[in-house]
Amino acid sequence: MTLPTPSSDEPSKGEIRVPTLKIRPPKKWTPINFSELWHYRELLISFVARDVKIRYKQTALGFLWAIIQPLFLMVVFTLFFGNLAKVPSDGIPYPLFSFAALIPWTLFAEGITRSTTSMVSNAGIMTKVYFPRLIMPISGIISPLVDFAIAFVILIIMMAYYGFIPTIAIVLLPVFILLALMTSLAVGLWLSALNVKYRDFQYTLPFLIQLWLFASPVVYPASMLPQSWQYIYALNPMVGVIEGFRWALLGAKPPDGMILVSVGVIFVLLIGGLFYFKRMEQYFADVV
Amino acid sequence: MSDDVVIQVKGLGKKYIIGGPQEKYHTLRDAIVNSVKAPFRKFTRQGMQSMNEFWALKDVSFDVHEGEVIGIIGRNGAGKSTLLKILSQITTPTVGEVDIYGRVGSLLEVGTGFHPEMTGRENVFLNGSILGMKKAEIEQKFDEIVRFAEIDKFIDTPVKRYSSGMYVRLAFAVACHLDPEILIVDEVLAVGDATFQKKCIGKMQDVAGQGRTVLFVSHNMVAVQSLCSRGLHLEQGSVVMDAAVAQVIHHYLKGSVTSPETVHWNALRSAPGNDVVRYKRVAVTPRDCNGVAPIIAMDTPIQIVVEYWVLTPGRKLHLTFHLLNDQGIVVLTSGFDSIEHETGEHSAVCEIPGNLLNSGGYHVKLLVVQNGNRVIHNVDSIVHFQVIDDGPRTGAWMGREPGVVQPPLQWQTSHTNAIPIPLC
Repeated sequence: MTLPTPSSDEPSKGEIRVPTLKIRPPKKWTPINFSELWHYRELLISFVARDVKIRYKQTALGFLWAIIQPLFLMVVFTLFFGNLAKVPSDGIPYPLFSFAALIPWTLFAEGITRSTTSMVSNAGIMTKVYFPRLIMPISGIISPLVDFAIAFVILIIMMAYYGFIPTIAIVLLPVFILLALMTSLAVGLWLSALNVKYRDFQYTLPFLIQLWLFASPVVYPASMLPQSWQYIYALNPMVGVIEGFRWALLGAKPPDGMILVSVGVIFVLLIGGLFYFKRMEQYFADVV
Repeated sequence: MSDDVVIQVKGLGKKYIIGGPQEKYHTLRDAIVNSVKAPFRKFTRQGMQSMNEFWALKDVSFDVHEGEVIGIIGRNGAGKSTLLKILSQITTPTVGEVDIYGRVGSLLEVGTGFHPEMTGRENVFLNGSILGMKKAEIEQKFDEIVRFAEIDKFIDTPVKRYSSGMYVRLAFAVACHLDPEILIVDEVLAVGDATFQKKCIGKMQDVAGQGRTVLFVSHNMVAVQSLCSRGLHLEQGSVVMDAAVAQVIHHYLKGSVTSPETVHWNALRSAPGNDVVRYKRVAVTPRDCNGVAPIIAMDTPIQIVVEYWVLTPGRKLHLTFHLLNDQGIVVLTSGFDSIEHETGEHSAVCEIPGNLLNSGGYHVKLLVVQNGNRVIHNVDSIVHFQVIDDGPRTGAWMGREPGVVQPPLQWQTSHTNAIPIPLC
């Protein structure tokens, strides 16, 4: 749509003036302007700071809410899946098993929830000020990192309680966190762009997340699936993320082809999402 | 293209489709139903009607030079906001191109991004960031912003607790400290109380005075006339006039004025008045009208012609007119001596000399006075006329001089003392 990159202009009086900004009718496919995104990084931080600050304003429990949900889910899962249904957990105590999965899961679920509605709820700003629209879904997936960090502390405490010392694989933990963010962003891009035009998506989201939770190895290990199904199962990108997360942190089942399949899917979704988003970007201000 | 062009707009157009996909909230159900209907749509009248095109902007072209302050005026729906949105990159053009040389700051709304749960301080930083200021810049201007907004004590309270006046002042204070090379402002002066509005116009005058380029959309003709040197009149998406601001405003107001320069009534029944006097014709024309289109310039002697019927005999009457300018100020009044009128048609002509009135719009109020002291009839805004400033411009000043009257006065200057007086 707009390319603040210099280009040559007709020389006048021997000088070549280069426009700072050229505004042209949009083309179907425009590349992502990474330097522009970098230029607007302070705005991204402002949006993330805003979302984090207002999330727990005027609540009594404040940031504790970041850990209450995963903790409660863990308790419920432990009772019903771990104890009653006797779901196996790869040799790890069930509470730790499920909590370690719930943390990246919550990062993902919150990320896509906030991204999907990011543009619609910021419609006022989007129709009055210019900034690269990608900033909106990106801010949506970054702001849950604060909750993630708080819940992670609780996870460390639980690991200490159960006597789990991390293996050398822990150095790969940031990689899996990054993968979780990328999955979040990939799905968030698709959903936020679609949601601008079709508001259905923000209403299907809670339902979608619930389904996805059970399609991911949160309450049960991936090893529960028959071998022949495992690669198809890994088409769900969160499979790779959660199994990898648990491996890096708790030394569970080492990774195999499944994680590679998931990583592949993440990249495809992300690149596709970026293209779709850019394509729809020109309509946002007119349609939101 | 000369070297100091900062914005070049060529053939800009923006098309919206009304009644089409972007109109309604779209659900997937609608989309599925629409795609099923699509093959059949060409054959139904409903299908052909529902895709109406609306060109909000049509072939708009103009150049903006560095340091110009341009007022963009026009009726609601003329396309002014759409033009600003395209220049601010909020929406994309359908056809045409724009080249911009310099950093643009857009003020399309006051308080964009203000969140009620955050404090004034947090909102200043957020709003400033949204408007394009860097954090360091906001920190540097922070104290000034708070002082300008006059809310020093409350800066750390959540904005939802502010009165609407405080909210607007703070939002405005941030906006006024936006310092880009090219400033685009849309109607934001419509909020706030009178004192604050004056403060903001003052700030904008500073910005304009510092040589920044400003594009200003407003319905406030006084503000446009006092801030801008050049005007752009948009009507239904096209530029209808691009000239000095006084002429453009005159052209715009002429189109929207409710009372013309000449009025007449053929029948007594419909003529304004009462059972003593009825007006037949009232006209304001240049005194030396030679049949060509009557432009009243600042140096044109003007005639106010009133033809009226007197229906009741034996009364001592006279007519008085009040001349009011666009701001509603009475510039002058005048009336002839009271004389006894017979029934029938009468006429009265009054001449206002040229080189007296300032440029701008004027309207005339007519009064009928009996026995020199009792007003028996009056009518407001019976005619309206414009005085145009078409004098040659020397020097760079392109604005309108303030003042109700603008007579050219004589000055005598002389060099009185050759030796400079020491200061201390």
